[in-house]
Formats: sequence, structure tokens, C-alpha cells
Amino acid sequence: MCIGSYESKGFPSTAIHLLRGSTLALTVAAIGALSASELPPPSSATVDYASQVQPLFEQRCYVCHGQANAMNGLRLDRKADALAGGHSGPAFVPGDSAGSRLIHMVAGYQVKVLMPPVGEPLTTAEVGLLRAWIDQGAAWPDVGELPLTADEDAGASQHWAFRPIRRPDVPPGRDPIDYFVQQRLRQAGLQPAPRAAWAELLTRVSLDMTGLVPTVDEQRAFLSDDREGAYQRLVDRLLASEHFGEKQAMHWLDQVRYADSDGYAKDYTRPHAWRYRRWVVDALNSGMPFDRFSIEQIAGDLLPDATLEQRVATGFHRNTLRNREGGVNPAQYAFDETIDRASTFGTVWLGLTVGCAQCHDHKYDPISQREFYELFAYFDNLEEARIYAPLQGELGPYLRNVDEYRQKHQKILDEYNVPALQADWERNSLKAGASPGVFLDWDLIWQELGLNTDGGQQIVRIPPSQRTWRQANEVTYYFLRAYGLIAGNDKYKELGFAEALRKIKQLNSEYPLLSEARVVHERMEQQPTFLRVRGSWDRPGIEVSATTPAALPGRSEAKPTRLDLARWLFVPQNPLAARVAVNRIWQEYFGRGLVATSDDFGIQGEEPSHPRLLDWLAAEFRDSNWDIKRIHRLIVTSETYKQSSATPGAESAGDPGNVLLSRQKRLRLPAELIWDRALLAAGLLHHDVGGPSFRPTMPEGTTGLKAGGTDWVPSSGRDRYKRGMYIQFQRTQPHPFLMNFDSPEFRTPVCRRDRSNTPLQALNLLNDPTFAEAWRALALRVLTGAESQPFRKRLERAYQFALGRKPTEAEFERFSRYVSERRDEISARPAAVDGLPSVEGVPRTELAVWSGVGRVLMNLDEFVTRP
Amino acid sequence: MNAREFFTIQTRRDFLDRSLYGLGLGVLAHLFGIEGRAATDPAEAMVPRAAHFAPKAKNVIFLFQAGAPSQIDLYDPKPKLDEWNGKALPESLAKELQLAFIQPTAKVLASRRKFHPAGQSGLEISEWLPHIATIADDICLVRSMHGESVNHHPGQSLLMSGSPIPGRPTLGSWVTYGLGSESRDLPGFVVLKTGSSTQGSTGNWTNGFLPSNYQGVLLRNQGDPILHLSNPEGVTPSMQRQDLDMIRELNREQLERTGDAEIASRIGAYELAFRMQAEAPGLIDIADEPESVRDMYGLNAEETRAYGTTCLLARRLVERGVRFVLNQHAQWDHHSNLDKGLSQKCRTTDQPAAALVKDLKQRGLLDETLVIWAGEFGRTALAEWRNPSDPASIGRDHHADGFSLWVAGGGIKGGQAVGKTDELGLTVAEDPVHIHDLQATLLHCLGLDHERLTYRSAGRDFRLTDVGGNVVSKMLA
Repeated sequence: MCIGSYESKGFPSTAIHLLRGSTLALTVAAIGALSASELPPPSSATVDYASQVQPLFEQRCYVCHGQANAMNGLRLDRKADALAGGHSGPAFVPGDSAGSRLIHMVAGYQVKVLMPPVGEPLTTAEVGLLRAWIDQGAAWPDVGELPLTADEDAGASQHWAFRPIRRPDVPPGRDPIDYFVQQRLRQAGLQPAPRAAWAELLTRVSLDMTGLVPTVDEQRAFLSDDREGAYQRLVDRLLASEHFGEKQAMHWLDQVRYADSDGYAKDYTRPHAWRYRRWVVDALNSGMPFDRFSIEQIAGDLLPDATLEQRVATGFHRNTLRNREGGVNPAQYAFDETIDRASTFGTVWLGLTVGCAQCHDHKYDPISQREFYELFAYFDNLEEARIYAPLQGELGPYLRNVDEYRQKHQKILDEYNVPALQADWERNSLKAGASPGVFLDWDLIWQELGLNTDGGQQIVRIPPSQRTWRQANEVTYYFLRAYGLIAGNDKYKELGFAEALRKIKQLNSEYPLLSEARVVHERMEQQPTFLRVRGSWDRPGIEVSATTPAALPGRSEAKPTRLDLARWLFVPQNPLAARVAVNRIWQEYFGRGLVATSDDFGIQGEEPSHPRLLDWLAAEFRDSNWDIKRIHRLIVTSETYKQSSATPGAESAGDPGNVLLSRQKRLRLPAELIWDRALLAAGLLHHDVGGPSFRPTMPEGTTGLKAGGTDWVPSSGRDRYKRGMYIQFQRTQPHPFLMNFDSPEFRTPVCRRDRSNTPLQALNLLNDPTFAEAWRALALRVLTGAESQPFRKRLERAYQFALGRKPTEAEFERFSRYVSERRDEISARPAAVDGLPSVEGVPRTELAVWSGVGRVLMNLDEFVTRP
Repeated sequence: MNAREFFTIQTRRDFLDRSLYGLGLGVLAHLFGIEGRAATDPAEAMVPRAAHFAPKAKNVIFLFQAGAPSQIDLYDPKPKLDEWNGKALPESLAKELQLAFIQPTAKVLASRRKFHPAGQSGLEISEWLPHIATIADDICLVRSMHGESVNHHPGQSLLMSGSPIPGRPTLGSWVTYGLGSESRDLPGFVVLKTGSSTQGSTGNWTNGFLPSNYQGVLLRNQGDPILHLSNPEGVTPSMQRQDLDMIRELNREQLERTGDAEIASRIGAYELAFRMQAEAPGLIDIADEPESVRDMYGLNAEETRAYGTTCLLARRLVERGVRFVLNQHAQWDHHSNLDKGLSQKCRTTDQPAAALVKDLKQRGLLDETLVIWAGEFGRTALAEWRNPSDPASIGRDHHADGFSLWVAGGGIKGGQAVGKTDELGLTVAEDPVHIHDLQATLLHCLGLDHERLTYRSAGRDFRLTDVGGNVVSKMLA
């Protein structure tokens, strides 16, 4: 039955012949000598295909005999194919299980290869079930979510994800999500879980939509609202919250691999990168439709009369890694970055790993190498730029002070004789650049200028008087840093350039400056694009022109701009952008996408668990003018979303992994939200929506990992307490807290994060000084102004701050014991807490005791988990 | 075999015996009720388990040489290349090569290294590995390795996880999943790192879809050996214990209320964290090692100190029952400056790696420890010359079709070379060993059948060796 598959597993050809011969012989023998009594007996009960047979097929057979493989020509996932059988003939004969090949294979009855070939054999009961089903006529109802019926399956040769979106009907009055989910639950004989308690639901939906637990006031407002539509109003409030954009931006930034530094050896900081992040947060908060949101990032510069913000959006393309290491060929890495841009586009919007075709064609990939370079061509004429991108309120103060600021700036440069020395240095560099290999020592200076600045080699060709302010500074600041390369260390020290740089930094911090943004625009003179043989940047093959992949619908050959590419995502024939986007929104609410492989909608990805629901959502997204908030609202207002996640025993009750959504799932919070929750509990969280990145304290010994040494100066003041999503992400030395809790490395697009559970996380939450500060602050909150309050009141406050609920009686008792034991211990050994800060009006013992309470609470599973 | 079977058969008694966690029977029932998720309590996950058959080795030390060391200059002498040095290969030969960066028209680069027969076995080993030459009779040198990718990340992913597409569980995860760990106080799968970062990154020790308890734990080489190992200011050890007891009790109530197996996992993670606090400082305190041992590992010389320390730590880890140690050293990716870069890497690693094998042998541990020295692939016989003006800048591109690595220890037949490449080192000529074959063989030495060590995920039984892998009997003692 499955001989074909063994050929591909590398069986020697002789073995194949032997197998084939013996199987044939056995088949002949089997027909003659069949005795039903040798097979496991059929079950006596009536068998239902949808709830009993299909799950068995799905679990044990589909992987080889399903849509992806159809080994030996047999598919068991679709009625027509299953009835037709495989290359060896019919798989089963309705009414005659004893004569059905399928039964022989799974029972190991006179066959060489037992099916399934991996894992445990089917049990006697399972074989009996299949026999009974066949004997009862092999009824296979046409309805059902899985598999798609033949009618829906028009164009079956096409991969499911590429087929047009079909909006399935929903009976009037039914919530569409609940309708599709419950349909599948019924088929599996399962009931949905009861609705979660309101308080728990409030915490869940607040965390999911804004990343923040509700405040006391928000709790009170919601829980005391008995009027109709209270939950709807809650959702309205959350959708309107400025933190909605922050939370949703977090997931987007994972995909676009946003980081605050170059990556690679030098890993320069990108002080202006945050301006793009600001754009993402603002766009999501403003309710920008997904098509615009996408088009502006991909090609905002090409929009007619592009606005400043539309140009800022193209910062999306600036998240690539940049290699500035000495001796690299900039052209090679520019090529790599273009590859990365094309691949990222494919992953983010198409859910396809198109980059696999960089080097050559792949048997199973829908995109050929040529097609990849045709896609690549859209990104092959980008030019990078940095522009002023003032935020509201910046321009006035800037203009009022700019003259004075620039005079002082110039004064510093003059003081250190920079203009003359720099002019000389530029002249020599230019000479080396014009005739490489002649002035050997200056060759390096010229190369380094190119690698370490943005466009420095071009800028020095412009006469100083004609340079823009930023052009001038780009070169001057580099000159101040790098003059020692040619002048020697002693001379460099003597000139005091390091001091000059410090003075400039100081000056910059004293004057109001304008925000800047890293953007791209199209080259004035377009250059042709070539396929690269074997993916090598320096091996151009045939010339290609920009067009979308043939395997994907809606191809249009006549429109070769990046803007056309962006718009192509949203033509009605193209189903991918809609399916991929709604699936990624979905997965953050359930911990799993309808397509579990949310990063892979290609041939090797998983098929959707609820294909019709996925299509309904995709159609709704498209038909609602790509209203992102609408999809969020639809999901969180469904009963499916509101189900309880406290369901002991549910894992073993027919829906392992919760694929069918018979309940909600508790989800460990991402790193950034654990950070936020700790600061919120401590009363320290400082909101600066969309603002610049900040540097929290790094544990000792973790900052030196960055090549080129330590330059991590922790932020001061309240900036230290900004939300976790604003933590400076230095690619070569990411903050260990982020990495302990499964943050991506922001090198390649990440479409879904892991949620691991490790001893290192325990050590992090227990012992990290940053968290210690948080639970001490919580203790102070509990104690301050509440000195005379009884224990119960204090514990209630601690619970409210940390967990947003009241303690249970059992918890009161536990903590009552805990507190008195801790007091005893400290009074026996007061020196143990000598190192704690002393706070006026707060006895150190009490601070230590309640810090302990805070520590316990902030280490609970409940604290780091979305209910 | 799945996690549930492990659990019910092998650990129930142990589980009930232990009072430290005191998880009730109700919780136990939840755990057992969960397909493939039973072993989510880290303590349980690492309970030692019987192998499929009698093992030859218990623990593994994987000396991973990230970046792809040049086998042509280290392990696989190709004198025939001298005749071709500086010339391009005939197109018929060159076009078959899978190269990452260079073109097949690149010129041949013969090795400038001398090779000497070593030990009684006479294995030919490069002059740049004088110490490894002294353990020639203990190692099984495989010269006919082949993989599927000439790119680092896929190559490292294939070597570690059996698939060039990252995301599957890695070797250390599979082994600890299969066997648990003898150590109760340290993670079962520990990662040591020296040199720069690697392309495979943390993907080299990921647990993939296995429960997260099977992920590798990085041991730091400065500050606390494990980050945040020390209690914060004002927390004494007894307070720490008291806090952990509270956390455990409250988490247990939450577990009973919700049935969420991740909580059981978290309870175990906190206990393991506590035990690590007790054990890890002693582990890294190598002051108790005699001077002769320190010397042997090169701890007294600048160039070898860092790698020597990790090799010594690897021995101390397996001594303490840790099942799998991944000792990762980067970066062997010598596209340019081959002579300078490779010689420096050899000086850094040669002595400590050899010392580890000798030390294990002296202590009678080599018989029960597998030591592997391997990169993700090798390097080509063709020159890569990124800066033609500088003759010293010459290097080699990636090469996955015929490279070398070695294995020593329990179950392995030392003092032999398995497999051959052709005269020019372009492809495998004899006894090809695929990465999956290597993995099958390593598992075999540990008493695990690579076809039976499976885990069900997304409707499919996965295994380390994917759909391939044959135990290489020539490698076995």
C-alpha cells in the first residue's frame, strides 16, 4: 500500500523489488485465504464518521495520506479520493470490512508493512471501530468543516492558502466565530467551557488588548456596571486606549524585526529608529486601515504627495542588520539587506518564506528562484536617508533656539580646530577614493568612512558650505571619532576630540532638537536587477524585472513599482494578506493561530484548524475596508474568547492542545508585559507612548558582550520605568531579562513567540535587582500612610497592587503565618536586612517583611500569566 | 514511546516518594491526563529513565566547533591537491560542488599543513593539532561526513536538531527527554560558550516542541555562573526557602483550580532554581582542582584558558550527573585569513579538547561519556580570496559533502578512521555518514533507538533523525 513512500526514504532498490514482490504475493494469498475471524472484531455500536472515524484518520493517517502527501495515491481526508482508493486499488469496500485493504493494513493482517508505519499500532478497539464503520456502509456525510467538500474544493490542485477567499454563510443572529467553532465542537462531541468570571475576563481582555492589567478604578467601573452592554463598552474603551496601539505594535515589531542597533560586529546604536516605532503605535491607535498601514510602510515614499508621516513609515525597510565591520564589501551587505527586505515582505504579508529561493529552486516551494528575484527587484532601487521628522510641539522651540544652538556648536568645533583639520582629512580621503591602491594608508580611511557613516563618501564630495546641517554633522562627528586612525593615538589625545564630542553631546541635551527618522526612497536612476546565480551577490545571471510570483493570484506584469507591489497585496484576487493578518491577530488571543504555523502558509505549513472561520474573518477584514480594530472587537466579543481557562481535566477530554477551542488557554505573558506588570504593581510605571527607547540597568557582566566594549549608560529618572517594549534592543547584547522570557532576537521576522518555562526565569524574577526594586516599592506602597492599618488591610492592598484581586481566606492565613515568621526571623537577626534602603517613617523590619510579601506575589504563576 | 509512558512506568513511584513537592494525587491525575505533556514538571522531566536497551555511554559532551573548521587542514590530508594548487578544477568536477560564497571556477588551495601519523593507530592528523594527535587511539575519526546545507544556520540546525529548518528539538533536548538526568541539582542540559556568537544562536540548544524543561541552560563565564543566582539584598537563605515554599503552595492551589500543566512546570522550575543556587557555585569553583589538572587543560596559559575552563567545567558537569553538555566554541568560519585564523583556533582549543578526553579516561569516565568534536560542516578545497592584494587573506568557503569530525568514549571504537573522501576532497568516496547517521549512532551508544525516541507534535511523531539515519556500525566498539 505504501511502497511508493519507501522509495523516497532511500530504501535500496533491491529491497523495493523484494517488498513489492512479496506484497503482491501476499495480496493474492490474502484474497484466497481470508478469514474474518483472524481480524479484530468489529465494534457493535453505531459508528459516526465525524466524531469517531475522521479524528482517527486525521491523527494517524493524514500526514501521509492527506493533502500534503497522498502517498501511494491515497488520500483519506476527502471523501471522493478516499472512495477512489490509491494506486493499489480501493482502500475499503463499504459493507465488507473483512475484505477491505485498509483493515488489513491497520490490523497487520497478512501484510508486510503495518499501517501506520510510525507510532503505536491501532488498538483492537480502533480497528473494530473502523470495521464497524465500513460494515455499516462507510457513511461519510458531506457536511462539515473538515475536510472541505468537493464543491468548495474547486481548483483543488492549488494550495489551500492561495485559493480565493470564500465568505461562508452564517445563520442570521449567530456570532460568526462562535458558530464556526461550535460547529466543530459538536462534531467532536465536545461542549464549550463556561464563561470566565467577569473579573478574570477583565484582566484577560485588558492584557490582551493593551498589555496592562486594569486599574482599581477600571475594575470598579466594569464590575459594577450592571447595564446591558457593559462588556461591549469595556471593549470600546480598550480599543480607544492609547495603549492598544502599544500592545499591538509589539506584535508587529516582532515581525518587522525592529531593533535599536545595527547588529553584527560593531552594532552601532540607531538613536532615531524609535521614530518608526512611534509611527506604528500611532497608526494602530488611530485606526488606520490595514491596507494603508501596509502600503505606507512598504512604499509610503511613492505615494502621490507623500506626507512626512508616510515617509517615516518606510522606516520599516531600515530595520535590516548592517555590517560595518572593517574589510567587508558594502555591496555584498547591501545585497544581503535587499534579500532580507524581500524575504521579510514575504513573511510579514504573504506568510511565505520566499527567501528560500534566493539560491535555487526548491521542489516544494511555490516560488522559483527567478520569481524570488522578480520580487527582489521591487526593493533593489532603494536609497536610504535620514530626515527631520518633528513631532508635534517640537518645531516651535527648535526654531526659537536654533541659531543660538548652532553658534555654540560651531564654537566648540572652532575651539578644537576641527574645520581646518577636517578639511585636510577630507582632501586626502577623497584622493584615495579617486585612485584606490595609490595612497595605501588613506585607502583604509576612505573605506571606513563609507562603512561607518550613512553616505559619508558622498557627503565629502559636497563643498562644506553646501552641506546640510545633518550632512555636515554626519561627517564631522565621524571625523572626531576616527581621526586617530590616521593621526595616531597620541596626536588624537592631544587634540582632545573625545572631550569635544562630550561637549557636543552635552550641548545637544540642553537645546530642543527635532526628531529624525530613518527612511528610504527610490533611486533617481533605476538600475537593472539581475538574478544571482546560487544566490551569490556577485554572480549576476539573467536580468529580471519586478513582478509578483506566478503561483500567487492577482499577478500583474505591467506595474513594476514598489507601490504596485504594496497595492497588489490588497487586490480582491489575492487572499494571502488578509488570511495571514487575521490569523496573526487571532493567535495572540488564543495562544495558537487558526493556522498554527502563522509564519508559514506555504506547502509545508499546517492547514487551518477552522478553514471556514479563517476565510470568514479574512473576508470580513477585506470587506470592512481592512478595519483592524473591527477584527479585534469581533474576536474579544465572541463567547469563544470569553470561555474559562480554568478547566481542570480538559486536556484529556478530547481536545488536546485546545485545537478545537473548547476552552480558553492561560498564556504566559511576554517579557515586556511582565516588566510592565511589575512596575505597575510597584507604582513606578511611567507612560511615554511611542517615545524613544530607554536603557534599564543591565546585570553586571552582560554589557561587555557587545563588540567594541561597553557603552550602556542606564537611563535615569522616570525614564527607567517606561514600558518594556521601549527597552533599548541592542542586537548583540540584548537585555538578558528579555531573552530569558522568549523575546525574539529581532534579526529575522518572528511571527509567534515561544512561551517557555524555565529555572532561569525563576531566578530572574526572584533575584534580579530590578525586580527587587519593584517589590520593595510595592512594600512601600502598602506601608506608606497605612502604618496603623491592620494586617488584613495591608495584605488586601498588596494583593490589589500585584494581582488585582482580594486574597482568599486561605491566603490570609498563609500570609499571616508568613509575616509573623518573617518578623521573628528578622528580629532574631536584624543584620540580615541592614542593606535595605532606609525610608523615613517606615521601620526597616516592616519594609523587609512586606518586600517579602511582594516578592512572593510577583513570583506567582498568576502574576506572569494571562488568565 | 511517549512522555506518558515514561512517566507512568518509570517515575510514578519516585514521584510519590518525594515529599518536597507534595503535589497531590489530583494534580498527578491532571498531569497524566495530558498527552505528551506529562513531563512538564522540571524535576520530573529530568528523573533518570531506563534506555531502550543497555547503554554504552551515559552522558554526552559535545565540543561544537561552530563555523565549520577546515578538515583539509586538520583531519583529512589531500596531497593530491598539491598538483592542482592555484589551478581551477575541470568544469566537470567543479560544477558538482555546492558552494556558499565562491564560484566553482575558484582556484584550488592545497593545504599548507603537514600531517603526521599519530598513536599506534597511525591516524594522520595535522601538525596544528599536536594534542589531539596524542589521543588518536581514543578517537574515531569520521572523514566521510555529509550534510544538506552549506549555510551556517541551516547546517547548525541540521547537526543539532536533524532538520535544516530551525525550530525542532536539539540533540541535548532529545537525550534528556529520553533519559532524564542523574543530576538533581543542576539542569540536565547545560550549555557552555566561548568565542563569539554563532549563527545558530540559541537555536542550538532549543527544546523545539518538547516541553521547555528540555532546553539547554547557559552557564555564564563571568559574574554569577548562572545569571541572578545570588539572592538579592536582605534575603537570607532561610528567607529564600520560606518564600519558595509560599510560592509553591500558592502556585499549587492555582494548579488545582485551573488544571494548567504549565503551573506544575513552574513549580518545578522554582525548585530547580533553588537547588541550582546551592549547587552551581561549587560547580564553577575550580580552586579544588590540582595544579596538574589546571595545567593539563591549559588554564595557566592565556590562549587556552577560556576554552580550557569550559572543557574542565564540562568534565565537572558530567561528574555531577549532568546528562548533556554542549560546549560551543566560535568562530571557525575562515573565509579569509585561513592560516592566521585557523592556527589561532587550533592553539586555543587543541590542548583543552585533548585534555578533556585524557582526563575523562584517567578517571574512568570516558567509558560512560561520549565526546564529540564537530563543526556543522567543513571547508572546500577551493580558495576564497576576498582581498587578492593580500596573499595572507586567502581562505576557504563552506563544504558539506565530505568533512571530518571525531567521536570518542562509551561504545565508540577509537583509533580508527571511518570513511574516505576522494583524492581532492571534493566528495565522499567511501562509507558516507550523513548527519542523521551520526545522530542515530550517538543515540545508539546511549541505549536509545533513534526510531523509537519519538514525540508527537502537530499530528505527527517526530524524531531527531527525521526520516533518515542508520547506526554506523563501523564506528562502534
